[in-house]
Amino acid sequence: MTTAAAAAARRTPDRPGVPAGSAGTAEESAAEHQRHQHLFDAAVAADDRIEPRDWMPDAYRATLVRQIAQHAHSEIIGMQPEANWITRAPSLRRKAILMAKVQDEAGHGLYLYSAAETLGTGREELLDKLHTGRQKYSSIFNYPTLTWADVGAIGWLVDGAAITNQVPLCRCSYGPYARAMVRICKEESFHQRQGYELLLALSNGTSAQHAMAQDAVDRWWWPSLMMFGPPDDESAHSAQSMAWKIKRHSNDELRQRFVDICVPQAKSLGLTLPDPDLRWNEERGHHDFGPIDWTEFKEVLKGNGPCNEQRITQRRRAHDEGAWVREAAAAYAKKHTGETGARA
Amino acid sequence: MTPLRTAAALALGDDALILSHRLGEWMGHAPALEEEVALANIALDLLGQARVLLSTAGDEDDLAYLREERAFRNVQLVEQPNGDFAHTIARQLYFSTYQHLLYGELARGDSEFTGLAAKAVKETAYHRDHAEQWTLRLGDGTDVSHARMRTACEALWRFTGELFQPVEGLDVDPEPLEAAWRASVEAVLTRAGLPVPEGPRTGAWSAGAGRQGVHTESFGRMLAEMQHLHRSHPGATW
Repeated sequence: MTTAAAAAARRTPDRPGVPAGSAGTAEESAAEHQRHQHLFDAAVAADDRIEPRDWMPDAYRATLVRQIAQHAHSEIIGMQPEANWITRAPSLRRKAILMAKVQDEAGHGLYLYSAAETLGTGREELLDKLHTGRQKYSSIFNYPTLTWADVGAIGWLVDGAAITNQVPLCRCSYGPYARAMVRICKEESFHQRQGYELLLALSNGTSAQHAMAQDAVDRWWWPSLMMFGPPDDESAHSAQSMAWKIKRHSNDELRQRFVDICVPQAKSLGLTLPDPDLRWNEERGHHDFGPIDWTEFKEVLKGNGPCNEQRITQRRRAHDEGAWVREAAAAYAKKHTGETGARA
Repeated sequence: MTPLRTAAALALGDDALILSHRLGEWMGHAPALEEEVALANIALDLLGQARVLLSTAGDEDDLAYLREERAFRNVQLVEQPNGDFAHTIARQLYFSTYQHLLYGELARGDSEFTGLAAKAVKETAYHRDHAEQWTLRLGDGTDVSHARMRTACEALWRFTGELFQPVEGLDVDPEPLEAAWRASVEAVLTRAGLPVPEGPRTGAWSAGAGRQGVHTESFGRMLAEMQHLHRSHPGATW
């Protein structure tokens, strides 16, 4: 079968009231289900992209909605620790860079909610799950930005970890997610270089600036390593996600890759990484590093990190206080449907 | 630049710098994700204008971070606190209409400001459209949004007269500018079902006061936040 024919065969006909590609409906016969499953498995094995109208297993759909939504939520919550410094940025150039970055993050959130919506779940529903704590966002954004150098550490380490995680997602089996990641990774790489350059300026600046940079790296290093998730033997979703080619590498593999990238970069920054056990292992061809405090990780995930309460409260407040604005836009649209707009 | 041109660059640069800062305060707090993007976008355009203008008058960072309240030349309108979304939109409507008309004039002229104005007129056309579209949506949306938009338009009205005080070194006749501004703003308010505010547009404190370095109380606090880090590390580069 050609790729195009195979893709056509996977596609399910539209049924009123049923999202395209929905699996497991009552009228679907066992034989039909098996045929769909077989075609889906073959497409994943052949590295074809699964598209919104294709049949897909319910669990695949649910996993993607969870992962993409969590990713979108992270972009939105992730605006807060950085926006915290916009009004205090120490030069107009840095202020412009930071504003552009936070704006990009809102844009990434929009791409990702759109990608999630192709799976049949609306943005409103996803935001509601975020606001009520039923869906998570990256644990890293529960740490506070205490000094200007934290903006640089977030760019270098947090965005660096995100890129290490996300570049393989550009080859994820679900087409809309993979395509969103291509765009996002380009912009993230730019942010990461800007963060590195910010830290470099501080590291080469006055002794107070250098100390500020070192303190920020000391506080953000371990939380950044936690961004790769629990160790492989404790990662609940990993095996299935790798089989579906949503994930391409294990948590520990990506974490190791990140450490190996960061060590020489820290050296050229003139900053140290806060790990006495960090050293090159000739035999493995990788850096060995010290144990991660998984108790802290679990506490942050449970909602007991330094800023969990503050982050979600601010997000809810922005949403609640903006309700009258969104209602006004909806009421206006309803009154004026059919009118040709005044916009050029 | 002559001292007069420098004074004009500072006046326009400070307007853009201060309004950009106020819009930056919205980031992470906007009523919808699309507005996070839009408000940040406008703030960035304004910051870009400010940097060009302040650089023609001196060092952009020295001017932004090391002047005190009484040395800033922005109009009082742009320093007004964000308030609710309606206040932010009313401030944007009044200011971006003025700025778009002003840069349109400057772009047609032949001065040190022609190049900047040619670029800024495109940006401010977008800002003006954004403000007008939201004025319509809030004014002609729900009862709640109508009431809030009306309150906001009235509250900021008294700061609009200052926009048309002559600026030294700027070759623009303020009278036709004011007439065009008034016609445009009134038309938008009317389309939005909002009354045109009746109060005075100039008063003892708002008539050209900002341009003379006399500001409102919230301004000093805003500067304290904006300048704190820069002032804490004298001579440092960032």
